[in-house]
Amino acid sequence: MERGQGPRKRPDAYVIGVGHTAFGEAWEKSYRQLMTEAGLAAIQDAGIQGDEIDEVFVGTMSTGKLVGQEHVAPLLLDGAGLADLHIPATRVEASGASGGLAFRQAVQAIRAGGADIVVVGGLEKMTDVSDADAQAIASSGIDQEWEHFFGANDAALHALVAKRHMAEYGTTREQLAAVAVKNHAHGANNPLAQFRRAITPDKVLRAPMVAEPFTVFDCAPVSDGAACLVLASSGVVGSYRKDAVKVSGSGQASDALALHSRATTTTWRSTAEAARRAYTEAGISVADIRLAEVHDAYTINEILAIEDLGFVKKGEGGPATLEGRTGFDGDIVVNPSGGLKARGHPAGATGIAQVCEVVWQLRGEAKGRQVKDARIGVTHNTGGTGATAVVHVLEGGF
Amino acid sequence: MGVPRFWREIPQRYNLQASRCEVCQAIHFPPREVCPDCRRASIGRMGTVRLSGRGRILEWTRVHKAAPGYEKHVPYVVALIHTDEGPVVTGQVVDSDPASIEEGAEVHAVFRRLGEDGEAGVIHYGTKWRTARIAAKE
Amino acid sequence: MPVGILSYGAYVPRYRIRSEEIARVWGDDANIGRNLDVHQKSVPGPDEDVATISVEAARQAMRRSPSPVDDIGAIYVGSESHPYAVKPTGTIVQAAIDAGPYLTMADFEFACKAGTAAIQTGMGLVQSGMCRTVLAIGADTSQGAPRNALEYSASAGGAAFLLGADKKQVIAEIHHTASFTTDTPDFWRREGQKYPSHGERFTGEPAYFRHVMEASKRLMADAGTVPSDYDHAVFHQPNGKFPVAVARKLGFEERQYATGLLAPRIGNTYSGAVLLGLVHILDAAEPGQRIFMCGYGSGAGADAFDLTVTRNIARYDRGAAERLETQLADTTEVDYATYAKYRGKLVMGGDA
Repeated sequence: MERGQGPRKRPDAYVIGVGHTAFGEAWEKSYRQLMTEAGLAAIQDAGIQGDEIDEVFVGTMSTGKLVGQEHVAPLLLDGAGLADLHIPATRVEASGASGGLAFRQAVQAIRAGGADIVVVGGLEKMTDVSDADAQAIASSGIDQEWEHFFGANDAALHALVAKRHMAEYGTTREQLAAVAVKNHAHGANNPLAQFRRAITPDKVLRAPMVAEPFTVFDCAPVSDGAACLVLASSGVVGSYRKDAVKVSGSGQASDALALHSRATTTTWRSTAEAARRAYTEAGISVADIRLAEVHDAYTINEILAIEDLGFVKKGEGGPATLEGRTGFDGDIVVNPSGGLKARGHPAGATGIAQVCEVVWQLRGEAKGRQVKDARIGVTHNTGGTGATAVVHVLEGGF
Repeated sequence: MGVPRFWREIPQRYNLQASRCEVCQAIHFPPREVCPDCRRASIGRMGTVRLSGRGRILEWTRVHKAAPGYEKHVPYVVALIHTDEGPVVTGQVVDSDPASIEEGAEVHAVFRRLGEDGEAGVIHYGTKWRTARIAAKE
Repeated sequence: MPVGILSYGAYVPRYRIRSEEIARVWGDDANIGRNLDVHQKSVPGPDEDVATISVEAARQAMRRSPSPVDDIGAIYVGSESHPYAVKPTGTIVQAAIDAGPYLTMADFEFACKAGTAAIQTGMGLVQSGMCRTVLAIGADTSQGAPRNALEYSASAGGAAFLLGADKKQVIAEIHHTASFTTDTPDFWRREGQKYPSHGERFTGEPAYFRHVMEASKRLMADAGTVPSDYDHAVFHQPNGKFPVAVARKLGFEERQYATGLLAPRIGNTYSGAVLLGLVHILDAAEPGQRIFMCGYGSGAGADAFDLTVTRNIARYDRGAAERLETQLADTTEVDYATYAKYRGKLVMGGDA
């Protein structure tokens, strides 16, 4: 089977180092400390020196509003002691997809041929502001003038998507709750997860309402955390880890920002397009995929994701989840890390942490939650109500 | 929201002033500079038109954790509203019998306070929606 | 030149609080509602104010209006609870009904008679030929201090009147108006104070009754009329008792003042009070009927009017907008806590 598209001379990108902090409420750590911790972990995991780094990308949703700081990429690089290497450093933003987008920018930098070693980090510090402020800032990826200003925050818009899906496909609250139950069960085996205890469907259904039909347990939490990756080009990867993971497919797609401007709310065309592009580039079909880290900011997101990524037919995401087809006994294990729901959702860090998890899985290093025969994994990271989607295909065994 | 930014959009917020592509007659709200279907052909050919303020609920949810400025309304209903002229808008449904709020219900525009820039700042007014009233016996 | 009403509109918020509920909280006599003849009052929702009420009333008036919005030469909103101390409510109404910009405007204040003052001014502008039509509005979301007697009656609502001189369009001609004004401090609110103050029983005889009686008697003297000449009579209604007492004193009967008496159902809508009573009358009025109206504002003054309904009312499209009675019939009761939340009577935290 032909692998990859495009000119043969184009370098491939590999992940040779990963690291992320524990996600949760990190009162003692500033955003600078979190990023430095994750960065050092990834660099040591990769076995590289600072002066080998050609380029740096950082994904963060809103350091400006959360900690009052823009222009964070050089600041964070300085935190790692690397300021006088004058490495090009770029901050990337696409709301909740900031991390995935930063990863894609890093991959493209390698594929462009100008960089051999690229470090990409994702970070968010959400607890330095009040909970109400954090929630409002987490809604900064929706249409401020025509959605948020009229009382529709991020949760309300996703609730509208859920209600449409329930009306059009018969999806039930129990099926939505099954996403949260599964992911909390997975998170229980992830030492870095924010929530590490299993929950029951009843706990989800009876929790306080956020925006009907969502209760608190249908929604990913506010979190602090940072994650980091080291990428190497095919030209130099041989000098590093033998179990480097190849980025065989990278796809990104956009859509109208406001939900009311979409042709349909129950299919996220951005996800479908990004997946199609990534799968085509990787030369794979869904049958090849063994695990996926998807963007379950709300339970409905995972149901839409497994449909729009092609894992199940449109409308079957609810029943498939309730039946256990996305758990460890399923064909594709979805969110073995616990997902955004249980691992936590420091917005900019999520997209990078998803790659960390898939890499650990493909290396066979996911102790306590190892997916068997993990050779190809997918990451799926979205922003707002799906105005940006980023999908990557990662392959081990090279 | 800052003073000029809000002031600029008074015709849209108060009176649902939309745009109409003179090439294909499609109506868009909020108004657009360019028609997404006609694209280049519509440059300089976008006229203005008022929406009637009538529409139907496409979907709705009841919000318990408020967006900033909506705390006094909790729990409140936000909906996707399919206006009679075509555009779908997001808005709060107020002062309506809860039993009347459902997919397909007719709604009409009402003029309400949307928020304010703090106690000393400008007050923002605009459009919210309500379902039909029970008419009194004549 | 005859001048009169071309069109009208009204708005009363849907929320109500019962007098018994207020009495329950403050330990007042449960019969207080009966004593004042105010059984419940209207409460504005958390997103309503004098601007939104004025707009709804004005939009109603323009929807029914035979005269185009472009002919409006002035807009006057009278209230004692304008949303801004400085920045006229009228400009918000103007933008919302798409009037102007070549028109004049200012906001009016004279306690509960700011709306009738706006009508008199509008009459002058039309009769002088300075304006083709004038939109005059009286609206309030007045507040009474917690535990104060005024808390039982201070309510919310407003009405809008389009004034003009086109004989084919006038539905109620205003033949005469007369006013009586003195410096009488019966009720007032100092700049920066949240709630008004009043002289308790001083608000009766030397204030309300004296001014309404004098203005009404002067009006009838100018018009050469007696009470029995009128089919309808409506007076400023701070509660259900005062307007009935003054009507009787002047010689009017229940069959005349019953239609315009709304205070028992909605409380005192201040600048909207006598005007909403007039709307209720106009909703039922027949061609040729004569209407007596007298508004009162503390501070103090009274404006009396003599109106005659014309044949044009048969052609007037009341159905183009929701009737007042529909708004009065469709209500939602709230308890004192919700009322306090909506009216901003709770001390919120620093980050609220």
